[in-house]
Amino acid sequence: MSSALETAANPQDQTRIVIEPLTRVEGHGKVTLLQGKNRNIVQARLHITEFRGFEKFIQGRPYWEAPVLVQRLCGICPVSHHLAAAKATDMIVGARELTPTAEKIRRLMHFGQTLQSHALHFFHLCSPDLLFGFDDEVRHRNIVGVIEDYPEIAKQGVLLRKYGQEVIRVTAGRRIHGTGAIPGGINKSLSLDEIHYLQNDIAQMIDWAQGAVELIKKVFFEQYDYHVAFASIESNMMSMVRADGAFELYHGGLRARDHTGKAIFDHIDYTHYNDYIREGVKDWSYMKFPFITSLGEDDGWYRVGPLARVNNCDFFTTPLAEAQRLEFMAIGKGLPIQSTLAYHWARLIELLHCTEAIAGLLGDSDLMAKDLRTKGELQSSGTGVIEAPRGTLFHHYEVNEEGIITKASLIVSTTNNNQAMNESIRKVANQYLDGHRLSEALLNQVEVAIRAYDPCLSCATHAIGKMPMELNLLDENDVLIDRLEKRVTGQINRTL
Amino acid sequence: MHDRHSPAPVLIFSYGNPSRGDDALGPAIFDLLDQRQRQTRDLDDVDLLTDFQLQIEHAVDLENRQYVLFIDADVSCAEPFELRPLQAERDDSFTTHAMSPAAVLAVYEQINKNAAPPAYLLTIRAYEFGLGVPMSAAAGKNLQQAFQYVVAGRWLREAQTQVFKNIDPEHIAEKNL
Repeated sequence: MSSALETAANPQDQTRIVIEPLTRVEGHGKVTLLQGKNRNIVQARLHITEFRGFEKFIQGRPYWEAPVLVQRLCGICPVSHHLAAAKATDMIVGARELTPTAEKIRRLMHFGQTLQSHALHFFHLCSPDLLFGFDDEVRHRNIVGVIEDYPEIAKQGVLLRKYGQEVIRVTAGRRIHGTGAIPGGINKSLSLDEIHYLQNDIAQMIDWAQGAVELIKKVFFEQYDYHVAFASIESNMMSMVRADGAFELYHGGLRARDHTGKAIFDHIDYTHYNDYIREGVKDWSYMKFPFITSLGEDDGWYRVGPLARVNNCDFFTTPLAEAQRLEFMAIGKGLPIQSTLAYHWARLIELLHCTEAIAGLLGDSDLMAKDLRTKGELQSSGTGVIEAPRGTLFHHYEVNEEGIITKASLIVSTTNNNQAMNESIRKVANQYLDGHRLSEALLNQVEVAIRAYDPCLSCATHAIGKMPMELNLLDENDVLIDRLEKRVTGQINRTL
Repeated sequence: MHDRHSPAPVLIFSYGNPSRGDDALGPAIFDLLDQRQRQTRDLDDVDLLTDFQLQIEHAVDLENRQYVLFIDADVSCAEPFELRPLQAERDDSFTTHAMSPAAVLAVYEQINKNAAPPAYLLTIRAYEFGLGVPMSAAAGKNLQQAFQYVVAGRWLREAQTQVFKNIDPEHIAEKNL
């Protein structure tokens, strides 16, 4: 599993291909492919610069502001940062164990967040070319045919997302910039009216989520061999699991397995994550390259997110999701599922689990209790880790005697997947690059590989308009020899 | 004046990250409009919404509207701001993280099987988007002019007549509708 990304010999002899999205805001993704003399892609580099300044943004602020402040880091999953920060500040205020009400409301909020995030992929199933890509008309026709049997999926995807947002609004107090989680607990419990409001639609949400998993299975099996092979790489996987090995999104130990499923570490106390994970640095990227220390930088990179979580857990605690997990794992024949496109499938199994888990929590009277907060002896540091929709998210803060954060260290989900994304892109590029001439198929399939990971490219801000891409082919002297441009209309033109 | 329990005929949806320099223009104009709505009757027939980013669920917010105005920061538009009509258009970019207003209209049409309400985009000229950076002075000036333009209802008159004139900052604060 050694990485060929940084091992290209004689880089002056390579050809560089740059795929660059054109946006109004600097700092979005860019893909560079480095072609060797034998026309293989020997390096792939997905450039993401949006994470610059996250830690500086937090440093110098009082720790009690962090759970609200960090929501500004990401417009798409602010609740993930909110909860990771809350967990870190729990440690700082000495709250070793939350009240049942606080923990359950935070979990409910987190399920709502994951539900609304994953529902986007359900919605995008109505445009399967975006998620699965097509390399020929027959595949296109067959998969569109499957989708046509589900005319309501777009609406269901929108309403599932809306429901998740409502769970967040009720638990966090507001649709955006909520203040639900505070150091040591939460600031309000739920009323009976709020619980009834969320209960009204949850059966429908479970039903739609079940339909979503059935649909994605049909799509996956429609072109099984292709979907298994596309951008498939052999990787380690890391995720959080509960003490008994159950699927866990909010709190547990860290588990990492290699590409054969063998344990690298298990049930690690995440406050010691620095002992197990290190971050490499490349001179061409603002984003770091985390790796499992014991395996080293070349072999220690790993994947996080739905694919890793479903592969790593021993079981789901909810029956419908567990049944789906068993079907999912069966395709691996005892080995972890390494298909990159299986991220979409795993994501929708998690979506189903979230709906089931929300239904279960809404029947728990602890949600209405008034014991909201605990605290103990103030500490000088705190670490909060959760499984965000896109994968494991780490927040670590150190504070001074005045409670000011003097150091903040974050590893966001997309950073954890950094090397894996490059490897998947390289795999696809080798398959679709035909000589020195760029093709629409290459550009489209690189996009499909990126979408599978759903990287947080626009953490910083929204981007007006679409994200068109430019694909440039440069020779070893940096002379542009070919260029494709994908315009906002979706039209692809050769512009050289 | 419309019943506040039902959607107002006009929706003004401004968006952006308040902690990203001039990206705060969207939420900042929301705050100004919200304050004006609470203090006066200038915006009685308007619902105001704000968010970090546009996403598919915002298509639901467009239902039962006569007109929709999106407001966003933009580094490439003319100073101080521009208004233009929108057409529904599917978003097939490589990220699912943010949508264009035109893509939200397309989602509306996809799930409702009918045409989206007439929608317009007011872009306010922005300059700096650094995390933790305050809004630039120039953007702040543009914000005030855009606010006066929206409150005066000029955008709606131009939308109704389909005549989008160049903005003359000297004549923004016209009489309200």
